[in-house]
Amino acid sequence: MQAEHATPEIKPPSALTTSQKHYLLGWYSGTWGTALMVALPILAVFYLALFPQENIWSHLAATVLPVYITTTLALMIGVGALSIATGVCGAWLVTMCRFPGRKLFEWALLLPFAVPAYVIAYVYTDLLEYSGPLQIALRELFGWQTARDYWFPDIRTLGGAILMLSMVLYPYVYLLTRATFLEQSTTIHDASRTLGCTPWQSFYRVSLPIARPAIAVGLSLVSMETINDFGTVDYFAVKSMSAGIYDTWLNMSNLGGAAQIASLMMIFVVILISLERLARAKQRQFNSPDRYKTLTGYQLTGWRAWGATLLCALPVITGFIIPVWLLTGYALKHIDQLWTEAFFTYASHSFILSSSAAVLTIIIALLLAYSKRLHKKSSLKLAVQFSSLGYAMPGAVLAIGVIIPLAAFDNTVDSLMDQFFGISTGLLLSGTAFAVIFAYVVRFLAVSLGSIDSSLNKITDSMDMASRSLGLSPLQTLLKVHLPLIKGGILTAALVVFVDSMKELPATLILRPFNYDTLATYVYQYASDEMLEACSLAALLIVLVGIIPVILLSRTISGTRDSH
Amino acid sequence: MRKNLKKLAFLTLPLTLAATHVSAADEVNIYSYRQQFLIQPMLDAFTAESGIKTNVVFAKKGLIERLEHEGKNSPADIVLTSDIGPLYDVVAKGLTQAVHSEVLEENIPTHYRDPDAHWFGLTSRTRLIYASKDRVKAGEISTYEELTDPKWAGRICTRSGKHTYNLSLIGSMIIEHGEAEAEQWLEGVKANLARKPQGNDRAQVKAVKEGVCDLALGNSYYFGKMLTNEQQPEQKEWANAVNLIFPNQDGRGAHMSISGAALTKYAPNKDAAIQLMEFLSQAKAQSMYAEANFEFPIRPGTQRSALLDEYMGDFKQDDVSLQKIAELRATAARMVDKVGFDN
Repeated sequence: MQAEHATPEIKPPSALTTSQKHYLLGWYSGTWGTALMVALPILAVFYLALFPQENIWSHLAATVLPVYITTTLALMIGVGALSIATGVCGAWLVTMCRFPGRKLFEWALLLPFAVPAYVIAYVYTDLLEYSGPLQIALRELFGWQTARDYWFPDIRTLGGAILMLSMVLYPYVYLLTRATFLEQSTTIHDASRTLGCTPWQSFYRVSLPIARPAIAVGLSLVSMETINDFGTVDYFAVKSMSAGIYDTWLNMSNLGGAAQIASLMMIFVVILISLERLARAKQRQFNSPDRYKTLTGYQLTGWRAWGATLLCALPVITGFIIPVWLLTGYALKHIDQLWTEAFFTYASHSFILSSSAAVLTIIIALLLAYSKRLHKKSSLKLAVQFSSLGYAMPGAVLAIGVIIPLAAFDNTVDSLMDQFFGISTGLLLSGTAFAVIFAYVVRFLAVSLGSIDSSLNKITDSMDMASRSLGLSPLQTLLKVHLPLIKGGILTAALVVFVDSMKELPATLILRPFNYDTLATYVYQYASDEMLEACSLAALLIVLVGIIPVILLSRTISGTRDSH
Repeated sequence: MRKNLKKLAFLTLPLTLAATHVSAADEVNIYSYRQQFLIQPMLDAFTAESGIKTNVVFAKKGLIERLEHEGKNSPADIVLTSDIGPLYDVVAKGLTQAVHSEVLEENIPTHYRDPDAHWFGLTSRTRLIYASKDRVKAGEISTYEELTDPKWAGRICTRSGKHTYNLSLIGSMIIEHGEAEAEQWLEGVKANLARKPQGNDRAQVKAVKEGVCDLALGNSYYFGKMLTNEQQPEQKEWANAVNLIFPNQDGRGAHMSISGAALTKYAPNKDAAIQLMEFLSQAKAQSMYAEANFEFPIRPGTQRSALLDEYMGDFKQDDVSLQKIAELRATAARMVDKVGFDN
């Protein structure tokens, strides 16, 4: 390794030795290779879109596409606004204010994250529909007879879908915004306050702009989750683009047309991300040295304090306690029928797949984010950006995108081996757990990349310069200097990927090996047939397994800075 | 790229090995669009009788694509579907092979199997009109065509027009009346809808119970499933709130559909797979199917569920070619978009 021979002097770039050049070239090509590999499924979908077997684009454009697009836009705007309001408000309150229950809410606000959107949609429909307990109680109270006697908001609408998705997606914004608030320098606050800002102004004019990159990353994650949600929009008959994709694929038997809508959706996302980047092109902040100074926070008293408690409690109650309460009720009612030995198997499958995906995704995200920093080449940046598009792709479409290159690889190896050695290797990767994990990595790379990238960006370049001039190689710099500094960001990323993978459904269903069930596929089997009670226990387990890392890691994140 | 792939493969090697499918001789591999809990009892009975193990991947979408790209190395032997739609698709894509079996030909009536012997129906069901006991008088409606009568304005519920069950029904209307008239019919039904199409068939019956609408379209087996639902007893009330109307009894008969199976083109366990298909068409599995899911056995002379006998007499079935109906699915789907049925 060149590092041992490097001298501590600062050299101009042109003076790089050959071995250093090779070393950097290695990073460069490694990054490109990885980005390309992750991008393969996305490219496969574009391929399907460009060469459909039967082109129905004009039919779609003339009939249903306008509906899909406007519905999707409305859904994204609604969920985005609600998630930001809840997430930022919650993050600010628990980080900068002191009120009853604050310590609890620090992690409790993350709990809804463990509840899959499709589960919450089923649960609330059960609760709020005509035959649900709420409307029955109202009918008994007022003596109404049928649905025609009174008006009750229908949950199976666009508004209902916005509410359901926001309830479980706001933690993205909360998680990332809170991390930034924790990292913010108290000096800026003190300065703003001495310059005459009220606490509100100081939040609005100082903290919020500084937190904007984190909020933006959170928002783009929320938007991408929203855009590819299928379970909720399908159940609520909301005609979003994602619903349109499945409709075109399955009911019109036109995968090409579905891939075209999916590609259009990608373009949506790319525009979204670019707009956001453009808006903050020149902004960049670094950690200040007083990061380890204790945060004091505003002591709230009286109605303000209880108001803050109530504000924080609301999303936790609606997004976690109510669904878990209902699921527990169902599960206890049928526990004897539901509990089987097979549950351990399902849970372990879920755990193994999700943790492998989390580890792999982190490694790849670190490689990509760090290389981007190392090379500062716009082509590389673009490749990294492209490879994270998988997040905006509906799971089932992505699964087809995964099948195509994996099967092509398997069949090529098989025919080569057959040709030269006369043995058939069959399918090496397709139909194995690897295919599922690969799909998770492609799907959730954006999540970890966003978190790790924004953490890395907060480390000033002079750190790299110092470490490199002191003789560390890029890899050593990453491991010894950066890694300890961005521990929080990495943990956040790992947590999100793990929980997301636990909940992932469509790609798991399509790609899994024979006789291989995870908790999510088990739940789906019944929930899709409106038999939520039959799978309540498994649904509950997904939630419970999901909250263990949520609690564990949120404590670690809090631990990045003392506060009292 | 390969290097990275290898790296990845290496990292997940233990997993990959643990989960890799092993294709031993005494196995049948199934890609199933039917929920596993529905077919598992029949598969278990098959294993008990023949000693052949069955392996299943269940998903409601994407398995045909998986089969297609896996190509000749695909481990799948059989594709099981819950409707003629995907069954027709997998055959049309050339991913299946013909099965010439006397047992299958004997057990399955000709209009429920492919003339070229690629696909076979295993169970049948009819698309009924569920009518409110309180608000719809006997004889007030007796055909699919009458659903467009203005007296039903704001009184009909159905799931998405583009769901495969409705596409098949629209297909049968096209065969009977031609495209233009079928489109008018669809517009007429749309005009009478009580709400935007949503939910599954069961949810429509529930809506009738709740007074949201008076008529609902739904497959016949849901009635039995609701009437015997012990886990959610309220579904019994939904079923008890409706009368079953078998449409078009004085004409072509009620619209029928099937669940079915096909043998894949490169099935590695071909003999065992055919053995399973034959098993599923025989009396034992047929009555299990009928008992478990309240579908009609496809094999003539098989006893159907006692519960169905209690509620459903013999009725006239439309015996139009399912192949033709399946071919019209794309036309039907475009018609639904054009009419804006789901909007």
